[in-house]
Amino acid sequence: MASPSLIKEFQSLLGTENVMTEEADRQVYAYDSAVLEPVVPELVLRPPTSESLGKIVRLCNENGLPMTVRGSGTNLSGGTIPSKEHGVVVVTNGLNQILEINTEDLFARVQPGVITAFFARTVADNGLFYPPDPGSQTVSTLGGNVAENAGGLRGLKYGVTKDYVMGVDFFDVEGRLIKTGGRTVKCVTGLNLAALMVGSEGTLGVFNEITLKLIPPPQASQAMMAVFDSVEKASETVSAIIAHKIVPCTLEFLDQFTIQTVEEFRHAGLPTTAKALLLIEVDGHPVQVEEDAAKVRDLCTKQGATQTQVAGSAAEKEAIWQARRDALPALARLKPTTVLEDATVPRSKIPAMIRAINDIGAKYDLTIGTFGHAGDGNLHPTILTDRRDKAEFERVEKAIEEIFNAALDLDGTLSGEHGIGLTKRQFMIKEVTAATLTYSRKLKQALDPNAILNPGKIIGG
Amino acid sequence: MADIHELANSLQKLDNQMVTCMKCGMCQAACPLYAQTGRETDVARGKIALVENLAAETLKDPQAVKERLDRCLLCGSCAASCPSGVKVLDIFLQARAIITGYLGLSPTKKAIFRGMLANPKIFNAILNLAPKFQKIFAQPVNETLGTSCARFMSPLLGGRHFVPLAKTPWHKTMGHVDTPKGKSGLKIGFYTGCLVDKVFPRVAADTFKVLEYHGVGIFMPARQVCCGIPALSSGDRKTFDRLVRDNLEIFSDKDVDYLLTPCATCTATIKKIWPFMAEDYPEREQEKIHDLAAKTLDVCEFVAQTFPFDAVPEEDASNTRKITYHDPCHLKKSLNISQKPRSLITQSPGCTLVEMADPDRCCGMGGSFNLHHYDLSQKIGDQKLRSIIQTKADAVATCCPACMMQLTDLLSKANMPIQVKHVIELYAQGLQAGATAWPKHKEQS
Repeated sequence: MASPSLIKEFQSLLGTENVMTEEADRQVYAYDSAVLEPVVPELVLRPPTSESLGKIVRLCNENGLPMTVRGSGTNLSGGTIPSKEHGVVVVTNGLNQILEINTEDLFARVQPGVITAFFARTVADNGLFYPPDPGSQTVSTLGGNVAENAGGLRGLKYGVTKDYVMGVDFFDVEGRLIKTGGRTVKCVTGLNLAALMVGSEGTLGVFNEITLKLIPPPQASQAMMAVFDSVEKASETVSAIIAHKIVPCTLEFLDQFTIQTVEEFRHAGLPTTAKALLLIEVDGHPVQVEEDAAKVRDLCTKQGATQTQVAGSAAEKEAIWQARRDALPALARLKPTTVLEDATVPRSKIPAMIRAINDIGAKYDLTIGTFGHAGDGNLHPTILTDRRDKAEFERVEKAIEEIFNAALDLDGTLSGEHGIGLTKRQFMIKEVTAATLTYSRKLKQALDPNAILNPGKIIGG
Repeated sequence: MADIHELANSLQKLDNQMVTCMKCGMCQAACPLYAQTGRETDVARGKIALVENLAAETLKDPQAVKERLDRCLLCGSCAASCPSGVKVLDIFLQARAIITGYLGLSPTKKAIFRGMLANPKIFNAILNLAPKFQKIFAQPVNETLGTSCARFMSPLLGGRHFVPLAKTPWHKTMGHVDTPKGKSGLKIGFYTGCLVDKVFPRVAADTFKVLEYHGVGIFMPARQVCCGIPALSSGDRKTFDRLVRDNLEIFSDKDVDYLLTPCATCTATIKKIWPFMAEDYPEREQEKIHDLAAKTLDVCEFVAQTFPFDAVPEEDASNTRKITYHDPCHLKKSLNISQKPRSLITQSPGCTLVEMADPDRCCGMGGSFNLHHYDLSQKIGDQKLRSIIQTKADAVATCCPACMMQLTDLLSKANMPIQVKHVIELYAQGLQAGATAWPKHKEQS
């Protein structure tokens, strides 16, 4: 329990307005975007400086207060839901400075609370490119992106957040600053601790500063839409494109239910009888883009696309991507509760995965729309339900477990980009060995003996 | 004080709306207040969570919830960009009314809303005296903008640069107006709105000029009452209901084609908020409200859609004034109107439209939010101020008198010689510029 004297100490460190003790102020840090029961923290802290961040980590450790670091609370696996006993939420949005954008050495240094889309825009203003673009980028923080190893639409060609992390400076539980990685492309000095921090969901250290790789932007791009009368044909097209050594920057899939829902929502003229849509964008040098776009279109036709449509103008390109952006909002409006999953399979297994999802939906009598990143096998089966309907929600939970099983049977993984957090930790053992879990737990215990760094997430304990 | 369990029960009627919030947090990108404070209680997701908890009795502190709900501009930016289409304003306004009903209205607000706002006679009588006295308390500070500031420290005025009350409110200048349909074959009811009536009667005067020019008949009763939004946003459901019913009496069943208002907030209130708040009214009243809501139009929307232009005359760009346009939240986000006011500017002789960055970013006024949270209101406004200054415009135009007050305050304090205009004023100036400069509209040609 945080004693009055400890609260005073926090107040003098952070300023009274950054120490939230009133119930109404604490209750709004009890949830994130995962469909889980909220847990109200005992205290919410919002450090305004990195010095004060280090000090509160040490104080939480000394007082045995488990802390959950939170950026914008958009987590889809419960990673930012605080601990049930004496939980403290540490909000990072006061640490929102871009410290440096280095256009000669192509990197940026940022504080953890910088908003992803704001950062990407600022980088673009400096003539460079930061590719990771998770769906929540207009609100998500870079600290959260690194802690979750966030993905996005550009994963296929440009990789995900981990591919851009050059270094992470973080506080250990005693509030000491640990420096990792560097500003050079090549750096093999010491253990690769920066990589260990990526995707650690706040369980191993508290980020203070992140160094991110930047790249030159592509000069041109071309978007197109291909319509299919079967999921198999769409999926085989994905494989064919890659087999022809073309790597589109984005290769997205919408199933029939999603297409129909988006059309009802936007009335943009999508083909509602289609069984699948592929939305494809190639980018790079203008000549290459033109050649790749032509090849992709031919491949789509050869693989049985009933129609292909290349964006002839900026407005047409915008319309294609609007359809993809509309997928989640359109589906979300059908029912009160939206459960967004991210089980991922090797891309060649997409038809089998979609069949499995549809079978599971039918078996449990649930409405599921599936869309997602076909190019990298990361689908988003989206279950539409009402969490107040207990009987249905039990069926939802069973369906989720079966979706995980199906993905693992197809050599896939539990989570492509949303993280394990609380929602998937009990399934970890299905994917990794008992020894993997033991090794991870030993690591955690050694680094965090008092279990104050977001305990219970990923590996339990 | 009533039983907290009853309060929870009343709030549960909002459950079907609140449950659609999936806590995705995308509202954090849209909320102008959250951009300043970074506090979850300031953003829609957090406020909805608090109302849910009060309804579920996991929180038993209605006062704390009310204080946090009141920290909101009611600009609707969150609702306009919400992925699951949560009706945020409906939830907030109803929750404010239910919680205030439980806690009771503060004595000051009771005096203002029930004593003054609901009684136009008293309201007008007090405000008629005010212009005579305001010179004693205020001194002029900016000639371009015509603003004043307090002569000595005043708890109510603070450091505001405000537009003084007009010498004569519009309803007093005009009295009862009832002119027949002209060449347009149309007749409209004119709903002045409190701010235009008492602070910017020049906007009403220019609207009348435009309507007369186009041969539109006008019905404007001398006695008009407030649309009710200030009372409702303070949770005073009783006064709101009374004002809605009063308005119905004044404007229902009148032989007019449209009800026009020059105020974005009044338009949005009549079109959007009256119908959803009227759900528990008797059926006949509901019908009247829906009829009136369907007839209600923003002045600029009406002019732009009723009197389209054949062609815009070519002008010497060096002779034109640069005008930038600010989207009032209650037009853009509540009613999805953004192009029509712009079209009036581009078609007005002597005006060139220059867009500012984020023209639909809230100006920070938020009605009574500005009164209770002036510092935050100014911080939110600072971003708007910078966007306006960057355009190097001669004037900023908008379609909402409340935005006009905020923009005037911001520009005056920054000592910028940039005028603040209602779009209809620019259009009316175009009319005065003379028939040669003014393009003929279709009906005339």
